[in-house]
Amino acid sequence: MEIKSMRFKANAEASLANVVLQGNLKNAKGKFVTKRAEAIKEIDDFEGTRDAAAAIRNKVIDNLDLWLERFENRAQETGAQVMWAKDGAEVCRLVTEIARKHKVTKVTKSKSMLSEEAGLNQALEAAGIQPVETDLGEYILQVDNNEPPSHIIAPAVHKSLDDVADLFHKVHGTPRKTEIPALTREAREVLRGHFLTAEMGLSGGNFLVAETGSVALVTNEGNGRMVTTLPKVHVVITGIEKVIPTLEDLSTLMRLLPRSATGQSISNYFSILTGVKKPEEHDGPEHLYFILVDAGRADVVGGEFHEMLRCIRCGACMNHCPVYQTIGGHAYGWVYPGPMGSVLTPLYAGIENSIDLPHAATLCNQCGVVCPVKIPLPDLLRKLREKQTDAGLRPLTERVGLRVWAWVAQRPVLYGLGARLGARYLKWLAGEDKSIRLLPAVQEWTRGRDFPAPQGKTFRELYAARQKSAKESQQ
Amino acid sequence: MSSREDILGRVRAALHRNAGNAAVAREVMAAALANRHPGPQPAVVSEPRALLERFRLKSEVASSTVDVVATDADVPAAVAKYLGAMRLPTSAVAWASLGALDWVGAGLKVETRGARDADLVGITGCFCAVAETGTLMMCSSPDTPAAVSLLPETHIAVVRASRIVPYMEDAWNLARAELGSLPRAVNFISGPSRTGDIEQTIVLGAHGPYRVHLMIVEG
Repeated sequence: MEIKSMRFKANAEASLANVVLQGNLKNAKGKFVTKRAEAIKEIDDFEGTRDAAAAIRNKVIDNLDLWLERFENRAQETGAQVMWAKDGAEVCRLVTEIARKHKVTKVTKSKSMLSEEAGLNQALEAAGIQPVETDLGEYILQVDNNEPPSHIIAPAVHKSLDDVADLFHKVHGTPRKTEIPALTREAREVLRGHFLTAEMGLSGGNFLVAETGSVALVTNEGNGRMVTTLPKVHVVITGIEKVIPTLEDLSTLMRLLPRSATGQSISNYFSILTGVKKPEEHDGPEHLYFILVDAGRADVVGGEFHEMLRCIRCGACMNHCPVYQTIGGHAYGWVYPGPMGSVLTPLYAGIENSIDLPHAATLCNQCGVVCPVKIPLPDLLRKLREKQTDAGLRPLTERVGLRVWAWVAQRPVLYGLGARLGARYLKWLAGEDKSIRLLPAVQEWTRGRDFPAPQGKTFRELYAARQKSAKESQQ
Repeated sequence: MSSREDILGRVRAALHRNAGNAAVAREVMAAALANRHPGPQPAVVSEPRALLERFRLKSEVASSTVDVVATDADVPAAVAKYLGAMRLPTSAVAWASLGALDWVGAGLKVETRGARDADLVGITGCFCAVAETGTLMMCSSPDTPAAVSLLPETHIAVVRASRIVPYMEDAWNLARAELGSLPRAVNFISGPSRTGDIEQTIVLGAHGPYRVHLMIVEG
């Protein structure tokens, strides 16, 4: 997928000014948050379960080479073929080759964010193979001129019922429907035909189980089951970081993933697929391929951002992020939005291509608190900011400003004087309404918000005064 | 160099892999695979009556409907009653394992085979059921094809009360003990298929069944 993250500021401003989008975001706001809060109450030891999940992920990532070999070995024993792809282009090449080999004309797809990274649909179309997205949200986007997803769990969350009603009326040529069940039924009927005729099914993988050589898929709609049951070929595309050790570990992670994602105790369907169909079986693929994808992941192993590899793609961080909730997912400009995206995009698509993303956070740590595998997202965002500054990627004024601040902050008397002057200046600037509409030095920042003015005294002045009065009252 | 070697090579370099630490890590890996143990689990009372009640309750939360019958022989009549009450068709496709029941006697036309698009009702058993979440565990095989619980609009599942286990981890142990290795497809099913992709409004019947009816057999 084309990276548009360099235009983050302009995109975010456009999103803020988009009345329809703001209405849709407001409508969606909080629904996942409330459901998650209810669902995690069912887990007696939620913190302990998060710790266990983080430990499971660490166990593999700390020895990823060996676990990958082990998974590959087991998968091959079950009759699957294992392939490796360095980047998105290689994913596209391998999938096209597999499709050609089996004379495939149509591919039904269950949701795969990695295929979005790779731009797989465009590559298949160019090769004369029809890709059909079958997750309802992804389908809505595909028939709307291949619009990119704005959320990793709810890809079309930025669209309203009206948007979908107009869209289906236009692309299906059917009478305009205004009820959500009727629109869902319409998509079901269109897609059922594709499920039955596609020669190849393509899915992502929530987890790869080293113990059994299986892929685990978490779905609700049943489309994941369709594309892995009906076509004669099944291709799994996953990142190399998705391996977990055992089925018991899978159960632990499954207590957290649906609850963190949609607030469900368990997803409707949870499929663990191992090997190919036996000759006497009625259904299942005759050929199973795993494509294990690097695309930036290998270079994160063992480094200062390795904790990000624990991510299980639940979307809780974006559901709880005040920035994401205000601007929506498209502004982030690549596949992954929200806090996890602001870490992943610089790592996978280039730190120089996503200068503003690590700054698109208030560091409020809502994301860190809700992350089921305890990824310290604010710490990672801060590390990315440091890296940008070290690499000279931030604007000169900001770098000089930080230097000056650091020099002053190391001189307490000077710092105290500066703070006193600043606080009084801001109080004077705010005047009677006690809030600052425009601060010349940070115009970009005050354009979107009012800044409550200091009341004239600094923290150190107030602290000194309190100490003094405490001492007097003791005497 | 192949992509495999390139990717693994960079991972090995990042982890400072050498013969010594590889041997240690392999032992740790073998131990993790051999000494499997569950993580923290929410409390589930394992006494049979409580298990059945929890399974029933959680299944209903997942939007399944539940009926309890005494013996296998009672299943066809109970299925006919459900289909009649719901004004659903009386022909169905079923797993071969349920072929011996007297469906004709209950006025139903039941064929045991793989499912087709035109099938409106699918009747299955299940490998076992998980009380924690109200979940069916389906294991695919020639006699238990996966599509019977997927293509029809109505899915009816026969669940033996004795096969209700507290946790998913118990289901894995049953599969290891009884099947040896995992079948091609294990499908855990918790209620009818659904989507929330339009305005996060839950709609039942996305691509799979619109309704799931559970027939728990006590005897």
